[in-house]
Amino acid sequence: MGEFRVHRVRFFNYVPSGIRCVAYNNQSNRLAVSRTDGTVEIYNLSANYFQEKFFPGHESRTTEALCWAKGQRLFSAGLNGEIIEYDLQALNIKYSMDAFGGPIWSMTASPSGSQLLIGCEDGSVKLFQITSDKIQFERNFDRQKSRILSLSWHPSGTHIAAGSIDYISVFDVKSGSATHKMIVDRRYMGVSKRKCIIWGVTFLSDGTVISVDSAGKVQFWDSATGTLVKSHLIANADVQSIAVSDQEDSFVVGTAEGTVFHFQLVSVTSNSNEKQWVRTKPFQHHTHDVRAVAHSPTALISGGTDTHLVIRPLMEKVEVKNYDAALRKITFPHRRLISCSKKRHLLLFQFAHHLELWRLGSTVATGKNGDILPLSKNADHLLQLKTKGPENIICSSISPCGSWIACSTASRFFLYRLSYERDSISLQRVPKMPAFLRSALQILFSEDSTKLFVASNQGSLHIIQLSEGCFKHLHTFQPQSETVEAMCLLAVSPDGNWLAASGTSAGVRIYGLKELKPHCTVPAYNFPVTALGIAPNTNNLVIAHSDQQVFEYSIPDKQYTEWSRAIQKQGFHHLWLQRDTPITHISFHPKRPMHILLHDAYMFCIIDKSLPLPNDKTLLYNPLSLTNESDVIRRRTAHAFKISKKYKPLLFMELLDERTLVAVERPLDDIIAQLPPPIKKKKFGT
Amino acid sequence: MAALEEEFTLSGVPLSAGPDGLLGVEPSDRTDQFLVTHSGRTVILYKVSDQKPLGSWSVKQGQIITCPAVCNFQTGEYIVVHDDRVLRIWNNEDVNLDKVFKATLSAEVCRIHSVQGTEPLVLFKKGAIRGLEALLAEPQQKIETVISDEEIIKWTKIFMVFKHPVLIFITEKHGNYFAYVQMFNSRILSKYTLLPGQEEKSAIQSFAASANRKFISLMSLSSDGCIYETLIPTHPSDREKNQVVVRSLLLKAVVSGDVRNGVALSVLDQDHIAVLGTPLSASKECLSIWNIKFQTLQASKDLLQGTSGQLWYYGENLFMLHGKFLTVIPYKCEVSSLAGALGKLKHSYEPGSHAVPHFVNWETSQEYGLGSQNSEQSRILRTRKVEVSLQPAVSASAQLLLTIKNDTEKHIEVELRKFLAIKQTPEFHTTIGDIVTGLLGRCKAEPSFYPRNCLMQLIQTHVLSYSLCPGLMEVALEKTDVQILQLCLQQFPDIPESVTCACLKIFLSIDDDSLQETDISTESVFDYSDTVRDEKMEEQTEIMENGFNPEEDNSNKEKPQGTTEETTLSPVTPKRAALLRNAVLHSAYSEAFLLPHLKNIPAQHVTLFLQYLYFLYLKCSENATMTLPGIQPPTLNQHFLSCIGRRQGEADNRRSPSNIPLKNKRMKINEIMDWICLLLDANFTVVVMIPEAKRLLINLYKFVKAQISVYSELNKIEVSFRELQKLNQEKNNTELYSIEVLELF
Repeated sequence: MGEFRVHRVRFFNYVPSGIRCVAYNNQSNRLAVSRTDGTVEIYNLSANYFQEKFFPGHESRTTEALCWAKGQRLFSAGLNGEIIEYDLQALNIKYSMDAFGGPIWSMTASPSGSQLLIGCEDGSVKLFQITSDKIQFERNFDRQKSRILSLSWHPSGTHIAAGSIDYISVFDVKSGSATHKMIVDRRYMGVSKRKCIIWGVTFLSDGTVISVDSAGKVQFWDSATGTLVKSHLIANADVQSIAVSDQEDSFVVGTAEGTVFHFQLVSVTSNSNEKQWVRTKPFQHHTHDVRAVAHSPTALISGGTDTHLVIRPLMEKVEVKNYDAALRKITFPHRRLISCSKKRHLLLFQFAHHLELWRLGSTVATGKNGDILPLSKNADHLLQLKTKGPENIICSSISPCGSWIACSTASRFFLYRLSYERDSISLQRVPKMPAFLRSALQILFSEDSTKLFVASNQGSLHIIQLSEGCFKHLHTFQPQSETVEAMCLLAVSPDGNWLAASGTSAGVRIYGLKELKPHCTVPAYNFPVTALGIAPNTNNLVIAHSDQQVFEYSIPDKQYTEWSRAIQKQGFHHLWLQRDTPITHISFHPKRPMHILLHDAYMFCIIDKSLPLPNDKTLLYNPLSLTNESDVIRRRTAHAFKISKKYKPLLFMELLDERTLVAVERPLDDIIAQLPPPIKKKKFGT
Repeated sequence: MAALEEEFTLSGVPLSAGPDGLLGVEPSDRTDQFLVTHSGRTVILYKVSDQKPLGSWSVKQGQIITCPAVCNFQTGEYIVVHDDRVLRIWNNEDVNLDKVFKATLSAEVCRIHSVQGTEPLVLFKKGAIRGLEALLAEPQQKIETVISDEEIIKWTKIFMVFKHPVLIFITEKHGNYFAYVQMFNSRILSKYTLLPGQEEKSAIQSFAASANRKFISLMSLSSDGCIYETLIPTHPSDREKNQVVVRSLLLKAVVSGDVRNGVALSVLDQDHIAVLGTPLSASKECLSIWNIKFQTLQASKDLLQGTSGQLWYYGENLFMLHGKFLTVIPYKCEVSSLAGALGKLKHSYEPGSHAVPHFVNWETSQEYGLGSQNSEQSRILRTRKVEVSLQPAVSASAQLLLTIKNDTEKHIEVELRKFLAIKQTPEFHTTIGDIVTGLLGRCKAEPSFYPRNCLMQLIQTHVLSYSLCPGLMEVALEKTDVQILQLCLQQFPDIPESVTCACLKIFLSIDDDSLQETDISTESVFDYSDTVRDEKMEEQTEIMENGFNPEEDNSNKEKPQGTTEETTLSPVTPKRAALLRNAVLHSAYSEAFLLPHLKNIPAQHVTLFLQYLYFLYLKCSENATMTLPGIQPPTLNQHFLSCIGRRQGEADNRRSPSNIPLKNKRMKINEIMDWICLLLDANFTVVVMIPEAKRLLINLYKFVKAQISVYSELNKIEVSFRELQKLNQEKNNTELYSIEVLELF
């Protein structure tokens, strides 16, 4: 396969935001996750936990609550006092509405899904009716003394429980008045604390209210009498979140110490009907506060300040012991944050509010496998581009020639022209962007850097001609059907003739750029597309899906290639299918059309289509010892998948030229080092 | 379901097997390797998984191999007989059979049998049987005639029953069949006449047999195509008489009666048999697997090229001559379940995950281990011609058991001493177990009988454990024999907590006078109080090196009151201390099981024990380096492994080490602490009420307080350590950018 010189980059100082809320939707098996910077991500748990959609964050929009209502509608509420509904098709915010109650701390949808309840800073609990396209304020409940931090609806819809500071109120929904007020013990292990914050409440159908609070307690209350039934002290720090299963036979709580506890309703003795809640399993998958938990029918989901989303399947609920039964830890976004200029060896890093441009170093030395070469020139930080305004950057791109940079936020599109004069670099913003270029979900430059492709959130694709500092709008492909589905992924053929675009659910569309007409649509597949790439010369479109399948589709022939059919017939190696991160980038060797380079977070792979495919009996990952074997043995064991797991977590990998690769790694330790310190736990117990 | 897998041939070259086929296929000492003896002059060693021969040996022109070659599992050598009387022994390195060890015997050999776990046995044509070692010691010894003149040995087989070899051979005389069963643990040869069953009217064509603990099940395939079974007891009831056993029909019409090439039968497991022959319906030969429990045909395979009517089964492979090639058919029988039959069983097969291999059979693997040990031994035996073999030991134990039943204590002791003087055999610990059980049985029957010295001797063989002789400690507890109890506690790795606690009770309650009379080893207790000074010097230097000076620490803190007097004065007599410390405190326990029993100890004894523990604690904290929490005592795992096999149901991973030799035993400070905590947990309400214990409790409280302050200091230091660690990490991780060379292949 050959030797590569790898630029191993670890200076991409990316830190994901902490997770604030998670909301699980049972109907679609999707999970909504909101982060502290206001980003909301949608994970499709049926599609191999792929992050299929995301809504960019906003500085003033800190979400404190997230919920699904009326089937598949997603709402969030935050400290700016607004309720927001998201448009899951167009991937933008449908509307936001001020609740006029000050910062909103909690929100919950009624069991029927038709009503929305919010808890505000001023102690008010407000009821909203969800109409077909909006929400409408209905009434206030009895005002409480202090902020309402948590809310839960009785499954019958007649009562609600509201957690506040030092007490829990039970409201009658019909009258809107509080029927009980349950005072929580402030004392924490004998010491009286200042306040006891009720971080979460859950109303069970038998009338039990479960509360979790800042004193480390999980308490069970009888809502009919307003009395404390049982109390579990489970942590020395706050218990911050609670989620109960639909069957109400198990629930999960997350603590500020990073521990997640599983409680289950079990029979007191075998074959007796009397059941009680028992703390069954502790899980320590987090180092920091577990701010949010969710309970899917088969898994416990938790997320927190340490930015990991952890999905821990419940082994007793898992029917088939396959790879889905394994623990998942999702840390990095399933999209590219890095683009690269091959010609000038530049890397563009995308952060929430700025871009960084780096130039790679160089070396004159040579070496053998594993050597670290002495640098004749180190990498340079060329540029830092800050966006104005509170919005997060959605996407960014640098042109292959390195002279254009484009990026977009939710409301503005920026295009910059870079000029290089020896060592100095000058940047010039291209003014007067046309009105239709307001927000882009994906930006792509053609190989020769003369065209810019912009996928807007209205489902349209804009093509812009670039030349010497000015631009010209060439064409816009409008969405074909009425269903407006945003395009998230773009790929252009190196000869500039074809453009492939894919949305979140429908198939990949291919457009002819010469005649500016839609060419064809690749047959739809059940799993979302995670990466696209068009090979040089052959114009074969390579598509990676979230179930780890890779297809090759010949654009000129409008059909799958022989190789693709062959590999589908034989099936991918089971280890390949068991990888748990999606392929996020596909690129090609400029001189070797048979090679496909693709990578996920934990490996990169060069597929050599000329070699035989591996079957389940062959080793997918060639052991290192093979390096010492003779050529004959190597050739005999050679198969099409050349995999290296040397670089991880791998955020980006690209071929700069025939013999040079660039790999951008983001070690987890570096991320942890930038997080606030976790709650200190004593190592030497006393 | 039983299933036959794809067959394969062992060598590409056709075998020059004569019309009679092969002489035999025998396993060698390595799994997967088999000795194939041709009826001509050659022996070939095959590796089955590789399907190729590893070695081949031939006898000289004119000589002829008369008995299949076998492997001596104890030495790894191969043995073959040619020209009826000449024994050849060789090993893998030998090339020429002419130059290897040769012994010419005085009688004609019928077969040599060799199985794992015993020496090879030579069966002579006239029915006599000799162990190989005994035979080699005197090759020309006279071989007696066992069977009558006209009897011919038709078929033989060897089994291991209760770890003793049992050899069965069938003779024929005028169409009548006789079975001889030779037991080697009792040296008994029993003769049975095989009577045909009522329905049976035909000649026997082939035999097979399997054995369990009670019976040898002899199966015979008759010319009417049916299989008959004969049960022969392994423990004959009447030794003298010629006994008669009757065949009964087991399986009807398996193969057709008229056979050209003969039929063969092999027992695969307790439910399955393999039959080689021509089935009734077809004319081609075929191999079929029958389930004899359900009388069903499980699998069959056509053998178109014909066979020699011979079948061997070892491990998972069936061997036969198919056409001109030696063919191996792997056979697999998975446990069938009703759920599987109904399709309810989930198939947890995943790509890549291989089917679970057969469970490891501990018994056999143990035997392998022993076998290899033994091979060394017997090789030496051969060269030195020392005539100690297994048989005397076996019979000696039987002899001894007999003595135990009837003789006086004195006599038993003498006999036992004699017995123990003999070299240890692989079955030594089971024999010892049998002897102890015999002794205890008599103890129970006769209350006056208490062979104390014998028991002591037996315990000191180091092979006993509680589970091997559960009654032993009960008896000792009954007799309040502290010495035996101490020995047991020291030797046995698996004493239940209830018994430990009962011992503890006795040790605490027994009065000093009666203690003085007993002879208890107190070595390490004296060791503890006397050598403390010397050790302290050593330890101190060690501690100084680590930069921590306990003296300094002490000077800062107020010494707990009363330490001085208590450190110098043990609250119990040395003998009692020895009992407590060497025996009880070192025995393995798990807290949950011990706690309820500790509650039953009377209050004043609890106080006494606590005082002693406190004294030990002070001693220990004076001279032992402290083991920090988190670092497990290094011996724990080893012990845990030995425990886990026995007491799987119990949560005993908290057991502390106990099977370390006594001399290396040294109380760890946290072991003492554990005991103090347990004792206090169990009896706190009682202890609090006793005025004498008040002082002790105050002292303990002070100690705990001191401990807490140490830990809090450690917690403070931890922060700075973490910073240091972080600095260290940063140093390693400064490389933010590098260019590396990567070779993909």
